[in-house]
Amino acid sequence: MNKIACVGDRDSVRGFMAIGFEVHTANTLQEAEKTVRELAESEDGYPVIFVTEDYYNGMQPLISLYAEKTVPAIISIPGKNGSQGTGMAAIKALTEKAIGADILLNS
Amino acid sequence: MATVMKVNPTRMELSKLKKRLKTARRGHKLLKDKRDEMVKQFLELVKKNRELRASVEESLKQVQTYFSIAAATMSSQAVEESLICPKQETELETESKNIMSVIVPRFNYSMTGKDSDIYSYGFVTTSAELDVAVGALSGIIPKLIELAETEKSVQLLASEIEKTRRRVNALEHVMIPNLEVTVKSIVMKLEENERGNITRLMKVKDMMIAESRQGI
Repeated sequence: MNKIACVGDRDSVRGFMAIGFEVHTANTLQEAEKTVRELAESEDGYPVIFVTEDYYNGMQPLISLYAEKTVPAIISIPGKNGSQGTGMAAIKALTEKAIGADILLNS
Repeated sequence: MATVMKVNPTRMELSKLKKRLKTARRGHKLLKDKRDEMVKQFLELVKKNRELRASVEESLKQVQTYFSIAAATMSSQAVEESLICPKQETELETESKNIMSVIVPRFNYSMTGKDSDIYSYGFVTTSAELDVAVGALSGIIPKLIELAETEKSVQLLASEIEKTRRRVNALEHVMIPNLEVTVKSIVMKLEENERGNITRLMKVKDMMIAESRQGI
C-alpha cells in the first residue's frame, strides 16, 4: 500500500490534504524539484505524484528521467490559476511522437 | 543505397547470409505487426486520456473556485487548520499490466478511515462552502487515479512505439536491402567462377586434343 503525493504551491494543493493525499508545498521551482526527486527516489515509493502545471513545466528534465519507468507516474494538474493547457499539449506531443502526426485534433 | 557487405564470396557465406535474410524478413514482419497493434491500442488509450484530462481539469477548476470562496468566507489559516488532519487516507495499490510487452501500471485505490465521511472538521467553525469544496474534490479521486494510470500508459506506449518504428525502418531500409545485394553479389561471383572454370576446362581439353593429334 502506497500513498499518493501531491506537490505544488500552498493555495493550489491544500484541498488535497482533506482527501488523504500526502501534500508537499513548495514555494519555488527549486524546492518543488527537490521534493519531487525525493518522492520519486524514496523507499516507500509514491506510485503517483501530482504536480501543479507551473512546476511541471519547469522540471521537464527531471520528469523525463522517470518517463521510461513504470512507476512513478508524474502527472500534471492545473493549479489555482486554472489550466494552461499543459496536459493537453503533452498528450498532443506524445501522439505526434508515436504516430508522426496529431490525428486526433478534431475529436 | 544498399551497400555490399564485406564477406568472402563462398558458398558457406552465401547460405549463412540467406539464413540471415530470412530471419530479417520474418523479424520485420513480426515487428510491423507489433507496431500496428500498439498503435491501435495507443489510439484507444490516448482518446480516453484526452477525455479524462478534459473532465478532470474542468472539475479541478471548479474545486479551486469552491476553495477560493471558502477561503474568502473564513480565514485562510482556518481553512488549512480544518484540512490538515484528514479522517481518511487514500492509499494506492500498484499492479502491472502487459500491453504488447509494455509493462504499464494499474492503480487500485482505497480509502481507509474509521468514519465513512470525509469531512475532517467540526461544522461549527467552518463555512458551508468548504464542505462543498471537499465533497467535490473527493468525488473526483477515482478520475484522478484513472487519469494517472492512463497518462502513464500513454507515455510508456508512445516511447515503445517509437522504438519499434525505428527497428522496423532499420530492417526495412537498411538491413534487408544490404543482405539482398550481398547475396546477389555472391551469387554473381560464384557464377563467374563457375564460368571461368568451364572455360578453363574447355581450353585444356582443346590443348589435349591438339597434342594427341600431333602425336599421330
